[in-house]
Amino acid sequence: MKKDIILAGVGGQGIISIASIIGFAALEQGMHLKQSEIHGMSQRGGDVMSNLRISHEEIASDLIPFGKADLIISVEPLESLRYLPYLSSGGWVITNTKPFNNIPDYPEIESVIKEINRLPHHIALDADALAKEAGSVKASNTVILGASCPFLGMTFEMIEDAIRFIFRNKGDDIINLNLKALKSGCDVAQQKI
Amino acid sequence: MQKLLLLGDEAIAQGALDAGLSGIYAYPGTPSTEITEYIQNSKYASDNNIHCTWSVNEKTAMESALGMSYAGKRAMVCMKHVGLNVAADPFINSAITGANGGLIVVAADDPSMHSSQNEQDSRFFGKFALVPILEPVSQQEAYDMVRYGFDFSERYGVPVLLRITTRMAHSRSGVVTKDVRDQNKVHLPSDQTQFILLPVNAKRRYRKLLKDHFLFADESEVSPFNKYIEGKDRSLGIIVCGIAYNYLMENFPDRVVPFPVLKIGQYPMPRKMVERLADECREILVAEDGYPLIEELIKGYLGRGPKIKGRLDGTLPRDGELNPNLLAVALGLKDTNGFAVPDLMVGRPPSLCSGCPHIDTYNALNEALAAIPRGHIFSDIGCYTLGALRPYEAINSCVDMGASVTMAKGAADAGILPSVAVIGDSTFTHSGMTGLLDAVVEKTPITVIILDNATTAMTGGQDSAATGRLEAICKGIGVEEEHIRVLKPLKKNHEENVRIINEELTFQGVSVIIPRRECIVSIDKRMREKFKKNQPATA
Repeated sequence: MKKDIILAGVGGQGIISIASIIGFAALEQGMHLKQSEIHGMSQRGGDVMSNLRISHEEIASDLIPFGKADLIISVEPLESLRYLPYLSSGGWVITNTKPFNNIPDYPEIESVIKEINRLPHHIALDADALAKEAGSVKASNTVILGASCPFLGMTFEMIEDAIRFIFRNKGDDIINLNLKALKSGCDVAQQKI
Repeated sequence: MQKLLLLGDEAIAQGALDAGLSGIYAYPGTPSTEITEYIQNSKYASDNNIHCTWSVNEKTAMESALGMSYAGKRAMVCMKHVGLNVAADPFINSAITGANGGLIVVAADDPSMHSSQNEQDSRFFGKFALVPILEPVSQQEAYDMVRYGFDFSERYGVPVLLRITTRMAHSRSGVVTKDVRDQNKVHLPSDQTQFILLPVNAKRRYRKLLKDHFLFADESEVSPFNKYIEGKDRSLGIIVCGIAYNYLMENFPDRVVPFPVLKIGQYPMPRKMVERLADECREILVAEDGYPLIEELIKGYLGRGPKIKGRLDGTLPRDGELNPNLLAVALGLKDTNGFAVPDLMVGRPPSLCSGCPHIDTYNALNEALAAIPRGHIFSDIGCYTLGALRPYEAINSCVDMGASVTMAKGAADAGILPSVAVIGDSTFTHSGMTGLLDAVVEKTPITVIILDNATTAMTGGQDSAATGRLEAICKGIGVEEEHIRVLKPLKKNHEENVRIINEELTFQGVSVIIPRRECIVSIDKRMREKFKKNQPATA
């Protein structure tokens, strides 16, 4: 099993946390992992992107080749479109529909959603709303992670366990909130597949 | 022995801790910062008294590391590629003095300029200084190379350059660690003249370095990091170094390349291996992430001999980072591409954070200068460089650490008045202080605005050597006390701040204005740590 994943968002939206949870789950299965990200200027409200590759075989490149990504997981709708050249013909885009608008020329959100809907395989959901229902809008990235669960090649329980481990020092309330957010995202994805 | 998931930077740091490091010296700079931070956060390092406080700049870091090496202990100095320009004087001369305790210089290059002003290739500096260079292909090699490098450095009494790129620095993978080696005891060099580079000694030391260089080359032939991999199809031979090796392999899912491949991770170049490849193959493709160093070397000035393909003949792009697709195209393999980016896509450049003190300073400065034509503001390296972008468009230069002060001086000398420098607190202590002295000596009419946010913000909020010392430094350099003005960059102080700036702009001498307010991200971080218990939930 091998999954090549592009994680996309805006600095501070928590894509690196998604990467660590998937990464931890993969390592628990004895898989290999390479994850590449850009630090520095991109932290200041700019677009951020990470390449996450997990595989039972050894992984060569730190970068996913164009046209080879199995998944684009994005916590922001416009950002879900930025890295489409990486997406394979059968690949899925999982994205939040709630825009993060910190630029003067952000396109009309309806047009952005229209572009997402034109993709052959996509799951688009208002992760902020679901996260709020689960207890905190800040768990929006966990909702998106949940919506990706059916495509990760791992069981839902493996991702749950990873969340329990990653948040082990943050108390039961936070773990449960994130598990709830995860489940709500996953439920949406299951309905849409 | 344990298996850890580490960034390339962290693998280097862990490698150094396990190899008996006694001190790390560095100034923050993307993508090298995490090496030092890893050691600062290491319990092992604090338990074992390993030095890890930030240096004021890369030159002081390099010299301190050399001092620790002189004392017989293992030292590492880390910097981004342009930091090596700042440290060039001690770096080049450390090759002449040589090392006593193991000395590794880590330079993190930034091909594609993800967060830098150029993409210079530090291997040229290593070649220039005549020191051995190591270049890892994986996080595991990065870890292993540190121990190997320290051992090499002590065996030959020479500093070793470890060159990485952004992609290696900021990519994470599994690393298997080795047993921990004890630190060296203090022991002075056996030759007490080794570090005295008077011409009489320097000539002797330089001749030794030239002679040793042959031994370094011999080591490259048998290095575990240089490998000749057989291939049946000899129509092409491939020389590949550093992380480019991974991009090559990505194109062969069974990891078998039909062509002979020479993987280079240690320099000077392994001449015999290169000769063998040239003898066996009709053409040679060179893939290196950075400048075409190897390609130029083997092509030579006249370009006679076998056909060499790479960045110089357009087989690969002349600039920017390599990737698996570029290698595929260079090999004549099928290129791959996904879906097109829709036309509505717009850029999302980084910007000053909401609530950033620099915003208020730039608003005040822009108003103070509203009456004069644009082109009088010289700036520097830091978050505030983003003041070049809309809506501020407040600055007219960003060149290198400290250049704001000295360029403002030169422009004032040429008759540009008023002439203003905008520099951050940490950048000022890094390289702005000496330029300020130049201006004081000549009483050049410049206004230096030192943005004091009490941190090194751009690289993630490291301690700034300037904190609590700025007025004393400026006074000590000779700026008149009544022209050192401190203001608080807040919206409610706007009118007053504009007035103060205006007063100093008209002063016919050196003025320093210090807008002082803590970085908003630092406050946030501080508060979060303070109220950790009530921390909101995020994944």
